[in-house]
Amino acid sequence: MSESEQGIGGLWVRVFIMGREHEVPQGLTIMKAMEYAGYQFIRGAGCRGGFCGACGTVYRLENDYKLKFGLACQTTVEDGMYLAVLPFTPAEKAVYDIEKLRPSKTVLLEYYPEIAKCVSCNTCSKACPQELKVMDYVQAALKGDIVKVAHLSFDCIQCGLCAMRCPVGIVPYFVGQLARRLYARYISKPSRMPTLRVEELKEGKFDAEFEKLLSMNLEELKQLYEKVEMEE
Amino acid sequence: MMGGNGLEQLYFPGCTLKTTAENFEITAKETAKVLGVNLVEIEDWVCCGTVHSLTTDDLMHHLAPTRILIRAQEMGKKMGLGWEDGCSLFTLCSMCYNTLSQLNELVKESPDKLDIINDFMDEEADYEGKVKVLHLLELYKQIGVEKIKAKVIAPLNGLKVAPYYGCLLLRPKKVAIDNLEDPTIMEDLIKALGADPVDNPYKSKCCGTFHTVDKPYLVANLAYKILTYARRAGAETIVLSCPLCAFNLENRQEEIKELYPDFQRMPVFYFTQLMAIAFGLGDFCRFETNYVDPLPLLKSKNIIKVKG
Repeated sequence: MSESEQGIGGLWVRVFIMGREHEVPQGLTIMKAMEYAGYQFIRGAGCRGGFCGACGTVYRLENDYKLKFGLACQTTVEDGMYLAVLPFTPAEKAVYDIEKLRPSKTVLLEYYPEIAKCVSCNTCSKACPQELKVMDYVQAALKGDIVKVAHLSFDCIQCGLCAMRCPVGIVPYFVGQLARRLYARYISKPSRMPTLRVEELKEGKFDAEFEKLLSMNLEELKQLYEKVEMEE
Repeated sequence: MMGGNGLEQLYFPGCTLKTTAENFEITAKETAKVLGVNLVEIEDWVCCGTVHSLTTDDLMHHLAPTRILIRAQEMGKKMGLGWEDGCSLFTLCSMCYNTLSQLNELVKESPDKLDIINDFMDEEADYEGKVKVLHLLELYKQIGVEKIKAKVIAPLNGLKVAPYYGCLLLRPKKVAIDNLEDPTIMEDLIKALGADPVDNPYKSKCCGTFHTVDKPYLVANLAYKILTYARRAGAETIVLSCPLCAFNLENRQEEIKELYPDFQRMPVFYFTQLMAIAFGLGDFCRFETNYVDPLPLLKSKNIIKVKG
């Protein structure tokens, strides 16, 4: 048995995957624990790095009444965990042509009128594995503040757990997505630096340096890489 | 607290003032400055929910107004706005005023309900029930007619104005901003600006509120009554403090015209727009967003001079 199969320090935890009890090594993520228990992911797994939002998961712990939320690829198993992965959120996404929209005060309300039903219970924020202020961006959408919605929802990974929990049927992650698209298309200024850098590339500013790198062998490249100063 | 811009007062705008009624907010802020008041918007406010739920076990719909009052409470503490007696929170929209005010009454009467609400919102500070919800008209009453008069540089002489309270500023009695049968708070302001208030029988009749969405003609009929009786009483315009009342009394004049071809359109003002004109700040009124152009009336009264 390899070290990972024995768990850290050889400890095991009991988890209940969709109601069935399994003993799995402590320290694994929910996703790895499920694979250890014999599950094979054909949906509900994507990047395995906390970015794609495919593995939204709900769980409860013994003797705790509160429902908890996480990503299966990021959350580690705990003893007495009852869990289910929710690989898909049934949700209606508005159909729009971003080129035909305008970043008006009422455009978000027009495409997602149900945001007006928000009761500010904040259940969406409590469900967010990214710990975003979901309710606050839904409220900003109601006020027509596209910039605030875009900023507050920037780290959204579209897992859909907010929409699963909303008592009035709002789909916050699609509202945030529309705001970010409007922000990118109409509000944010084009970035100056990439344009300049493309010009520099065309002018051949970095040609000599590339030639030098291409002529190096693996050992030389490794040595060079180790000397690179990283920004903190 | 006296800041560089005058007396600082916490202020709750509400969603509509950020979208379709921006002219209400901008004129309120600018005219308040003239009277030495700096309206400070509370941080991260949420929609009030627009209607106070009367269902006894429906606490869900009280979360939003409670959250607003918590955030006002915390900001009031941070700014040191007379916290020992609780700070004041001013509202502009009649609907927000009513919803927030009724919530305050509910938690005073039912501390058990406040406990449940506070427990549910475990991510917020507890609401202590001490924020005073007031309408901006009440602040202007406190400031007094004489001080307002002193700031008038373009008096609204000869303008006959019907005050319209609607159903939310005066009822229920425990949240009424004035005597619910015989209010004078708007009349006093109208007089201070140099205009003539015109009493009218439907001044506190409901405009039909959200029925405007699915029953526009029902609302058009209500608005027709309110406007027609105001005109019969001698009014040339109507003044109010609610974006939904404004929509129903102004934009529904289109449907009124369909139902009653003889109907004569009547301009509608927010009370802060009338103040802005009288204080010489007419440019903030953004009359281009008004459905019924009020400029011909103002020009005919020589209140706004015809240019060129």
